[in-house]
Amino acid sequence: MSEAAFTIPLDRTDARTEPRWVRGLLIGLCGLFLTVFIVLPLTIVFAEALARGGQAYLAALTEPEALSAIKLTLTVAAISVGLNLVFGLIAAWAVAKFEFPGKTLLITLIDLPFSVSPVISGLVFVLLFGGQGFLGPWLQDNDIQLLFALPGIALATTFVTFPFVSRALIPLMQEQGTAEEEAALSLGASGLQTFFRVTLPNIKWGLLYGVLLCNARAMGEFGAVSVVSGHIRGETNTMPLLVEILYNEYQFVAAFAVASLLALLALITLVAKTILEGQLDEGRQAREH
Amino acid sequence: MSIELKNIVKRFGAFSALNNVDLTIADGELLALLGPSGSGKTTLLRIIAGLDWPDSGSVSFDGENALARGAGERQVGFVFQHYALFRHMTVFENVAFGLRVQPRAIRKDEASIRARVKELLDLVQLDWLADRYPSQLSGGQRQRIALARALATEPRILLLDEPFGALDAKVRKELRRWLRSLHEEIHVTSVFVTHDQEEALEVANRVVVMDKGRIEQIGKPGEVYDSPATAFVHGFIGESIVLPVDIQDGVIRLGGTPLNIAAECGAAGPSKLFVRRHDMQISPPGWGGLEGTVRRVRSFGPIQRADIALSDGQGETIIEIDAPRDRELRSGEVVGLQPRRYRIFADRT
Repeated sequence: MSEAAFTIPLDRTDARTEPRWVRGLLIGLCGLFLTVFIVLPLTIVFAEALARGGQAYLAALTEPEALSAIKLTLTVAAISVGLNLVFGLIAAWAVAKFEFPGKTLLITLIDLPFSVSPVISGLVFVLLFGGQGFLGPWLQDNDIQLLFALPGIALATTFVTFPFVSRALIPLMQEQGTAEEEAALSLGASGLQTFFRVTLPNIKWGLLYGVLLCNARAMGEFGAVSVVSGHIRGETNTMPLLVEILYNEYQFVAAFAVASLLALLALITLVAKTILEGQLDEGRQAREH
Repeated sequence: MSIELKNIVKRFGAFSALNNVDLTIADGELLALLGPSGSGKTTLLRIIAGLDWPDSGSVSFDGENALARGAGERQVGFVFQHYALFRHMTVFENVAFGLRVQPRAIRKDEASIRARVKELLDLVQLDWLADRYPSQLSGGQRQRIALARALATEPRILLLDEPFGALDAKVRKELRRWLRSLHEEIHVTSVFVTHDQEEALEVANRVVVMDKGRIEQIGKPGEVYDSPATAFVHGFIGESIVLPVDIQDGVIRLGGTPLNIAAECGAAGPSKLFVRRHDMQISPPGWGGLEGTVRRVRSFGPIQRADIALSDGQGETIIEIDAPRDRELRSGEVVGLQPRRYRIFADRT
């Protein structure tokens, strides 16, 4: 038989059997879905916000109510991200580096805020600290205002965003093990030196990743905050709450202007997340070599 | 510095990792802890280093209680099995780490630290890698950097966990020789853990053979190879032919056939006969002892390796022997087998 007797079928490049049109259809459907459900709404947010021109947009954002909402949102995010950074790190450390009874229970508890509806999370705090609540009377006697004020909003947000940091760190820390820490200790480093010179640099990208997601959620949280905030205009309205109020009052430009800030935050988060994932992958590859 | 371990017991849950281990290591020694996985050798090393604590027993360095001190205060250099180099630091910073974390009172100034790191990188012959990261090094290079890092603070004891375990055969041989000469140069008391008998016999001054959390034998490399103290040591170090035998009135029988060799030390009852592969001598059939049929012969270098099926009366046992090539063996041939050197241990199972 001559060598030219066999030819390579032109339409075969690998083991897959889907015809080209099936692949095209699937990719097309996916693209269409994303356009309708994600790209289009996002564009509309910005289009509506700028519908009456840049002046109106800026004016809407510099309203005292809007400024107060932005300030409150940033404060709440700073508090809850700060708290969750510390708690998340501690929880991840405990889970990844120690063996103890009840560890599985702890991991489940860390995930709890993800599986509970945010509204319920908010309600829990009302039941705890509200006037008829468990600790309410004591708080009133001591003149402490938790609900319908900054502390309540920060608490609810912290609760809802708790899992982000620890979830980002636990697999990373488990994978890294304890050998480098042991090496540092045996070289004479103290516990703190080991943490700051060895542990922290190794988890910094994972930590940033967790903080980023935690921050995005903290700023965007609606349900839990809505229950505990009391909707006092210019005082306890965060940005998402303000968007709803403005929208219900038919102030579309103002509503979409504030919404556009949140959307912008989402876009920045997305870009930063992609960069961080790249860094994490690099670290993982470096470990495998 | 000398190390003395007494009655070390360590358990992990129901698993007993170390059972009453006693060991004295002399100043300047290069000692190998040899054993299969799960024998407790790494646990023992980590206890010396202060990375694990024993449940009971004592550890002393030059007569001082070491258990009262943490890992960082024992002046011990530890080389980890997978090196545990700090991946986010350059080679230079890895080696400098131990010097940089010293308490301010005794910490050297930057220039002295740089000089010391340079000196260590020269010692391990890798000064040209100072600015690389661990992920950019080969296995052998990482190993040597890990060693340089451990030596930076001038430890009084150097401990190495499976130092050559993760390297390929050629690099391994090179590093072995290199570690030996390094030890001759700096003469720090060194202990390394290995499961590779050749490595232990070739590198160490003294070998500690461990199994199931106990020390089976301590001796010079020649001693543990030539006169194994227990059946385990004989089986673990060097290739051995093991035959189940029965001893009655000084006569050794294999499946009823008397073997025509002397039973040493007057043991009686079911026992195990250990013979090195090259100690089984080919004799004419009918010499009055072991006999067998040659099944398969492979010749390479100065020896021929033959599978021989023993006629031991109870089915077929196949043994592998190494014979010199002065007389070529043919498969199918019946030969007599005479153990030149052998050892007998009572069958404990």
